[in-house]
Amino acid sequence: MDTMVAAGVAAGPLLEVQACRKAYKTDAATELLVLDRVDLRIIAGEIVGLLGRSGSGKSTLLRVVAGLLSPSGGEVRWRGVPLVGPVEGIAMVFQSFALFPWLTVRENVELGLEAQGLPAAERAERTEAAIDLIGLGGYEGAYPKELSGGMRQRVGLARALVVHPDLLLMDEPFSALDVLTAETLRTDLIDLWSEKRLPVKSMLMVTHNIEEAVLMCDRILVFSANPGRIASELKVPFPHPRNRLDKPFRQMVDDIYAVMTRRAQPSGRQIVTPAPAFGMALHPVSTNLLAGLIETLAQPPYDGRADLPALATALQLEADELLPLGEALALLRLAEVEEGDIRLTDAGRRFAAAETDTRKAMFAAALKAHVPLAAAIRQVLEERWNHRASGERFRDELEDHMSPDYANDTLHTIISWGRYAELYAYDEETDQFSLEEAA
Amino acid sequence: MAVRPRLPNAWDFIAAAAVLGALMGIAPAVRGTLAPISAAGLAAVHLDPAALPYYAIRTTLRMFAALVCSILFTFGYGTLAAKSRRAEMILVPLLDILQSVPILGFLSFTVVFFVSLFPGRVLGLEFAAIFAIFTSQAWNMTFSFYQSLTTVPPDLDEAARSFRLSAWQRFWRLEVPFAMPGLVWNTMLSMSGAWFFVVASEAITVGSHTWTLPGIGSFVALALANRNLAAIGWAIAAMLVVILIYDQILFRPLVAWADKFRVETTAAAPIPEPWMLALLRRTRVLRLGSRTMGAVLAGLGGLRLAPRQSRAPISLTQSRTADRLWLAFVTLAVALALWRIVVFVSNGLTLAAFGETLIDGCLSLLRVLTAVAISILIWVPIGVWMGLRPRVARLAQPAAQFLAAFPANLLFPLIVILIVRYRLDPNIWLTPLLLIGTQWYVLFNVIAGAVAFPGDLREAAANFRIRGVLWWRRVILPGILPYLVTGAITAMGAAWNTTIVAEVASWGHTTLVARGLGSYIAQATNDGNTAHIVLGIAVMSGFVVILNRLFWRPLYEFARRRAAPT
Repeated sequence: MDTMVAAGVAAGPLLEVQACRKAYKTDAATELLVLDRVDLRIIAGEIVGLLGRSGSGKSTLLRVVAGLLSPSGGEVRWRGVPLVGPVEGIAMVFQSFALFPWLTVRENVELGLEAQGLPAAERAERTEAAIDLIGLGGYEGAYPKELSGGMRQRVGLARALVVHPDLLLMDEPFSALDVLTAETLRTDLIDLWSEKRLPVKSMLMVTHNIEEAVLMCDRILVFSANPGRIASELKVPFPHPRNRLDKPFRQMVDDIYAVMTRRAQPSGRQIVTPAPAFGMALHPVSTNLLAGLIETLAQPPYDGRADLPALATALQLEADELLPLGEALALLRLAEVEEGDIRLTDAGRRFAAAETDTRKAMFAAALKAHVPLAAAIRQVLEERWNHRASGERFRDELEDHMSPDYANDTLHTIISWGRYAELYAYDEETDQFSLEEAA
Repeated sequence: MAVRPRLPNAWDFIAAAAVLGALMGIAPAVRGTLAPISAAGLAAVHLDPAALPYYAIRTTLRMFAALVCSILFTFGYGTLAAKSRRAEMILVPLLDILQSVPILGFLSFTVVFFVSLFPGRVLGLEFAAIFAIFTSQAWNMTFSFYQSLTTVPPDLDEAARSFRLSAWQRFWRLEVPFAMPGLVWNTMLSMSGAWFFVVASEAITVGSHTWTLPGIGSFVALALANRNLAAIGWAIAAMLVVILIYDQILFRPLVAWADKFRVETTAAAPIPEPWMLALLRRTRVLRLGSRTMGAVLAGLGGLRLAPRQSRAPISLTQSRTADRLWLAFVTLAVALALWRIVVFVSNGLTLAAFGETLIDGCLSLLRVLTAVAISILIWVPIGVWMGLRPRVARLAQPAAQFLAAFPANLLFPLIVILIVRYRLDPNIWLTPLLLIGTQWYVLFNVIAGAVAFPGDLREAAANFRIRGVLWWRRVILPGILPYLVTGAITAMGAAWNTTIVAEVASWGHTTLVARGLGSYIAQATNDGNTAHIVLGIAVMSGFVVILNRLFWRPLYEFARRRAAPT
């Protein structure tokens, strides 16, 4: 009995995140909530995936866990002790690799050990072991710029593994790689994991690729955005190695798509006042893509209705790229998105059949009717005697509701949509909106 | 790698000869600095070409001593400014001012100060000269370092933090390497600029005292006073040789080596390996030496000297009150300093005198602007022509840098003789002296811009047969504008400093004076009139800062935004 308890303690949670909250101050009074009431528990021996759209706060959570950001509220405990900064048992792999260009492969890998102050002989031995394990033997003396993307991320992995972290954090580790390279790296990593050759106890990875999450993780936490919350948690019951073409695998991918396209449930306990629609963040989506998607949907294989995972595969788009498109169309009432399906509305079908000028007119009408920001800009311009208004003014207003980056993205999007619709003109040099001169 | 017997090769002999020769040259020069002042007194400098190598070594040692100081200063000041938000509030604007202040004007203060520190020793004078050279080198290096520190890529910063590098490790593993390319480039510029100050700082007259230090600068000063053209020729030759030597054995290898610190992860066009770097890498003895040194340095950089950073930065609200206190303290200090200056200057000055200096300033400004405008008119077409031809550019760019090092005072004789011969107005005809020193900055920046101009844009322009004025207006000028503006800003800064030397030109007993702020400061320095010096410097700094803020910065921002690739 005693031994059981002891084992239970040893295998207890590595990491516990409770009611984690992260907010950024935007103005004196308002703050932008990025993470809200997030709970997370990681025990030894599992791979956990954080899945969500860009901007859903999953990378923020990863950085909180890494000790790189401190949470605004809630608690993060590492092995039972509150986490106040980067600790010894946690190492991170970066999306952009974050290799030091002036250090060789060996020196890059050795860096973490050097920071721990290990003697040179031990450093060399462990570095060599990590380099061999991850398949970098022979590249020790190369500089990162001599390596391909895949090889660079192997260096990033070796650099994290060499410190023998209990928890390995990975921030979209394969998203900067091409499809083939990414797949090789994923399977190599999973093989090492299954053979228990990785010197880690658990892994926590951030991804926006649904298939990647199902392929690698034992547990997937799906994030919803604005503010970032864990919308649902799924266990992946399949043993490694997994086959993407298995029916249960496909079914799980479909299910996750459905979860990700479900409308956010308004929760009764929400403290933050709901943002008016004016302050809705818009993803930078080009009008060409929107028109292209409408045309594709209107044509034969789909005839106005498509299953999102299948559509993503056919168009070679990732969920993260396809979902904002669908959302933009839904916002303009040109399509409806629900439970992993997208369906053109009547307006959408008419748009597909129309000529350029008609399309522009339809787009303008949709903007005025359904996008409060575009409508507001147009109205301000019409009211002003000189029909001009500064972009700064709208940017400031947006920043009351979102971070400066999102405000900028949103403004860029609304500028590009407005230009396409010929609703208003914008001069970048002077940062001025104006009404299009009547030609 | 197979172990082969370490037999010396031919490179080793060359290297050994060079090292021994250098040691033999430096030893007497170092001994000279410790001599009592009487031995190195006023008559110590001879116009004998045979003495020039010794003078050249003394001057070079001074410049490198100043360079070492500049690098140490850069690491300290730049780091403090980048790490401490509160220090940043003061240090950065201060640096901005220091960059624009005409340093030559301060020479008289610093000489008196350092000589009084080491009474009766040459060392005091040496320190004064080194300090003068240091003030000409340090600011742009510091600025470049500070800018690098504040633009460390966020992912590398996160990696360094998550692996918990200590502050010391972070400095040597991340920050210094990242800053290296910019720092090396600015060090080269600083060395070029320093020659101008060497000539001015080795022979200084303040009031009734004249101090001289053996060196190329004092040699030139003596030659100018004695109307000895041949000696000036020898001095120019010696200077050229010195520049050529340190360029070849120090800066070419440094630039090539610093290339590995560039963060762009795509491999850039390879630059040919300079012979000195080849020597270091291929010569067995030197390679062993440089490897060992590199390993020791790397080991030092890897030490965990400082406590590891673990805590995330404290919240902003907490520090806001402290910010206010700090700001109040700074405001008070600045007000006090201003009050002191006003009291100090008003003791010997009237409002009318202030008005006079403003007029002087406008006259100098006119000269400076004319010089920059003329250099743009002349060198933009030539620079573009050179830059678009890679072979020409490869030769021309180092040549232009080299010419930028050339101190304008060496050309005084020529100009003065011409002005006297043809009875020209010095108010107008001393302006070419400004041009001589500053035009090269325009040239090598324009060449750099033209070299970097995208090939596909050139092809597109050729394809649509865009030629003549249209090509200049729509294609190449907007393309090189950021470089041109950089060149013009640098040229302008150099021109302001040059006015102090170039508005008063002497050749023997003939002294030509052009009315302007430069000659005002030079005159005040000669008279030992501190109040006038301070006023002159303040007005000149004002001109520089206002021009930079109101004109150059916005122009540069505009050019950068326009030329940014889509």
